[in-house]
Amino acid sequence: MIEARALPRLFAGAGTRPSTLSEHEELFAPAPSTHGLLEELEASGLLGRGGAGFPTARKVQLIRAQRGHKYVVVNGMEGEPAAHKDNRLLSTNPHLVIDGAEMLAQMVGASRIAICVARDNPTVVNHVERAIHERERRNLRGPVIDLHTPPWRYVAGEESALVHWLDDNESLPQYRPKKPQVLRIGRGAALVDNAETCAHVALIGRYGAEWFRALGTEGHPGSTVVSVTGAVGRASVLEVNLGTSLRSILATAGADPDPQAVLLGGYGGAWLRGDLLDVAYCNEALAPHELSVGAGILAVLPRSACGIAEAHRVVRWMAHESARQCGPCAFGLPALADDLLQVLRGGSEGVAAVARLRDRCAVIEGRGACRHPDGVVRFVRSSLEVFREDVDAHLRGAVCAGARSSQRYLMVPALEHEEDLIWE
Amino acid sequence: MGVIRRHGSFVLRVNPILCDGFGHCAELAPDLVHLDEWGYPIISPEPLPMADLGAYESARYAERGCPRQALHVARLHEPEGAQHPVSRSSRPSD
Repeated sequence: MIEARALPRLFAGAGTRPSTLSEHEELFAPAPSTHGLLEELEASGLLGRGGAGFPTARKVQLIRAQRGHKYVVVNGMEGEPAAHKDNRLLSTNPHLVIDGAEMLAQMVGASRIAICVARDNPTVVNHVERAIHERERRNLRGPVIDLHTPPWRYVAGEESALVHWLDDNESLPQYRPKKPQVLRIGRGAALVDNAETCAHVALIGRYGAEWFRALGTEGHPGSTVVSVTGAVGRASVLEVNLGTSLRSILATAGADPDPQAVLLGGYGGAWLRGDLLDVAYCNEALAPHELSVGAGILAVLPRSACGIAEAHRVVRWMAHESARQCGPCAFGLPALADDLLQVLRGGSEGVAAVARLRDRCAVIEGRGACRHPDGVVRFVRSSLEVFREDVDAHLRGAVCAGARSSQRYLMVPALEHEEDLIWE
Repeated sequence: MGVIRRHGSFVLRVNPILCDGFGHCAELAPDLVHLDEWGYPIISPEPLPMADLGAYESARYAERGCPRQALHVARLHEPEGAQHPVSRSSRPSD
């Protein structure tokens, strides 16, 4: 039993190698029956940790009400370049994630579990493979657990793209006019949950809703895992109490104590100004700033950096990561990146580009099959707002030391040739 | 022409994955569709009343005229407390 108010929960007993099944059961107790778990899950108020923050119990109820056979899909794709939480979790306590997936499978009546890890993370794939194998030797009944390794792409971890891959080997988002739309593999309904969400379910199943709520806030209960990158001594993954001040989280991670801004929610997220760090880290407190916890990414930008130069690089890469299925995303995102480059170059071209950016954001928003373009629009708008001074300096033609420096804070993978992009 | 039920509303939707930006919709339904700078349709997501027959007909033209069959006229059930509370009970269900 883990003490209710103690941290870490998900990383309890974490060592340098993944815990074995027997170590896991010794630490957390064997998984109990799922009798009454759905009520418990509802009472826990667990919100999905994949980014959208949807109540997990509601999702379970939606899939449970479907007919036919069902799947549980564990999303460990970690599409955000700045995120490391699912990899870390699957590399330390993989059995906690799998326990949660089994409990979800029993709740919805699923016969199969698909654990998805990008094939570009061979170490994590290995750890999960070994954990599944360990359980196979033990488990005589229960759902079949398979490991799936889609290619790593930003949108490959988007739930409809993930289900598409499982259904038809293509990591491309699907068009879903109905809301909420049940995603299907063949004819079977799929419950897609983030790996961290599954791990929380495993703990709620063991210790109950009240235990879970001993941490976090009323509207955003529990602990959560954050990946801190950017101007930090060393990029780190921390499990934190929801509702703690952002400042204290950043201090624990050893981040720059007086940053210019912090990016929340990943490359489709938005910036929080450096003078607002005393905000509590939970969706309730972040909502007035039009921010959310998202997938737990915190990227710290120091005052010396140029926000627009960073934004341009990120948007260029996000445009590159478009699945190129929808016109507004395939053409709109590169146009946004070009505009940001014009702003960086400044002058009258730059002034026109700022106006164009605002117009194009409005045109692009809401017109993709998935939310990829909407995320980029949010990021661009927030960058223009928070880095207003950087924008003005560039338009005036002032020398921007940050833009000239080779130091980068938001990491993006190298751009590949278009024909080298792998989607299957 | 058969009986046209005028209750409820409709919305013209585009499947952005199928759409290749031929732009026929903007010609067939100029009041409902305009094109962005890349030639892809911008359509208001606001439902229109079925009573607006002109709009409904042009939406249907656009739907039929799309070479990629990316457009779809979705008929919506009346939301709670809509303009026709009396006819709702007598209306045959969709």
